[in-house]
Amino acid sequence: MTWKQVFTSSVGKKLVMGFTGIFLILFLIVHAGLNACIWAGDNGEMFTKGAHFMGSNWVPRILELGLFAGLFLHVIQGLMLEFANRRKRSVGYAVSYGNEGSKWYSRSMGLLGTLILLFLVLHLYHFWLPNRSNQGFLLGEEINLFEKMKLEFSVLWVVIVYVLGCISLGYHLAHGFQSAFRTLGIHNKRYNTLLTSVGYAFSITITLLFAMMPVSFYLGWV
Amino acid sequence: MEHYNMNLNLKVWRQKNCKSKGEFKLYRVENISSEMSFLEMFDVLNEQLIHDGEDPITFDHDCREGICGACSMYINGKPHGPWQANTTCQLHMRAFNDGDTVVVEPWRADAFPVIKDLMVDRSAFDRIIQAGGYISVNTGNAVDGNAIPIPKDDADASFAAAMCIGCGACVAACKNSSAMLFLSAKVSHLALLPQGAPERKSRVMNMVAQMDKEGFGSCTNTGACEATCPKEISITNIARLNKEYLGAGFTSDK
Repeated sequence: MTWKQVFTSSVGKKLVMGFTGIFLILFLIVHAGLNACIWAGDNGEMFTKGAHFMGSNWVPRILELGLFAGLFLHVIQGLMLEFANRRKRSVGYAVSYGNEGSKWYSRSMGLLGTLILLFLVLHLYHFWLPNRSNQGFLLGEEINLFEKMKLEFSVLWVVIVYVLGCISLGYHLAHGFQSAFRTLGIHNKRYNTLLTSVGYAFSITITLLFAMMPVSFYLGWV
Repeated sequence: MEHYNMNLNLKVWRQKNCKSKGEFKLYRVENISSEMSFLEMFDVLNEQLIHDGEDPITFDHDCREGICGACSMYINGKPHGPWQANTTCQLHMRAFNDGDTVVVEPWRADAFPVIKDLMVDRSAFDRIIQAGGYISVNTGNAVDGNAIPIPKDDADASFAAAMCIGCGACVAACKNSSAMLFLSAKVSHLALLPQGAPERKSRVMNMVAQMDKEGFGSCTNTGACEATCPKEISITNIARLNKEYLGAGFTSDK
């Protein structure tokens, strides 16, 4: 069994989704933690220091490449699986099983993921792209991201789109968190219960944290 | 429960063969006893159709005791009908009320092509089993069953997985037409026992490869399979299968 065969079977593709999913979950923790500095009450001083480190030090900048690679794999593999799975039933049912057998968001990972991807395009366009282009995509001078957040989040529709993006992420995580660990083979009863509760707690916390950022700027809390 | 008779409207999928395009046909059955099984109600309908010179409805059935896994009707949006942990043959008409309309469809998955009407070809499952769902035993005297100590919990978990009757309801219920609950049950019941250990790596690899070849979708852990399984096979088996696969994929010598 070659490595290629291991990762391209139906279970292997799920392993790729699980591994990259957990990697992206770890990224979310770092991202949320760093951005939470906007609430330090120092008019963005601590946040700017953190943002400066992430943008100007070569260690996080190299890790950034890994992040894009992981994200790219997760998105491409996810979309391919979604389309492939849809093709496995050419004649559909007249009456669907629906929510009786499974949660709606567990069946809508492709849709939720696509919504998150669309949100990400806007998000990168707002912050990552202007900052990196200002740096010449190397280690050049950054823009003031705190001021940029203030500017972008003064527009109501932007705030609404961000909150909707966070809700999509929350539901994606509500299924994705536990599913990723199950895909990696966790089946012990004691961990199953733990995974479910930690998964929901993580999804709600991340959604609230990220959603409160644009809301805080819009309402002038920071 | 009190016995009652009912009249029902049936919306049944009719399809000549795997190549033809099927369609729903409406039938009316009258004076159906609440104590009949769902398949007996179909027998009554078929008698009526034969009497009227029409083609009777083809459906799979064998033991009618809920243990063989032959019956396979998708009733009102759920494989094996509205009851939990139940096969179509053990679904009784008291699950319905007078005047109900019941929609009956075959299992729908490209890996399970329709043979005729409500009967689908599930030989894909047989080929998955042939790919590794067994243990190789040398000829000679059978070893004493008690010679190999097995922890009670493992034996119980293995037996629970071995309950799978291979009916295919998991595939029918899954939005991806995935056969993972079936496969995981077949891998788990051997993986949990020492007798399954020598072939564990090749077993999981070969069976997954065969499943993919048969055209089933991949698992997204929605849990619809577990919810519909007449033998209550746990989705935990899928995680165990993943672990077996991961272990084999990363440590296999070949």
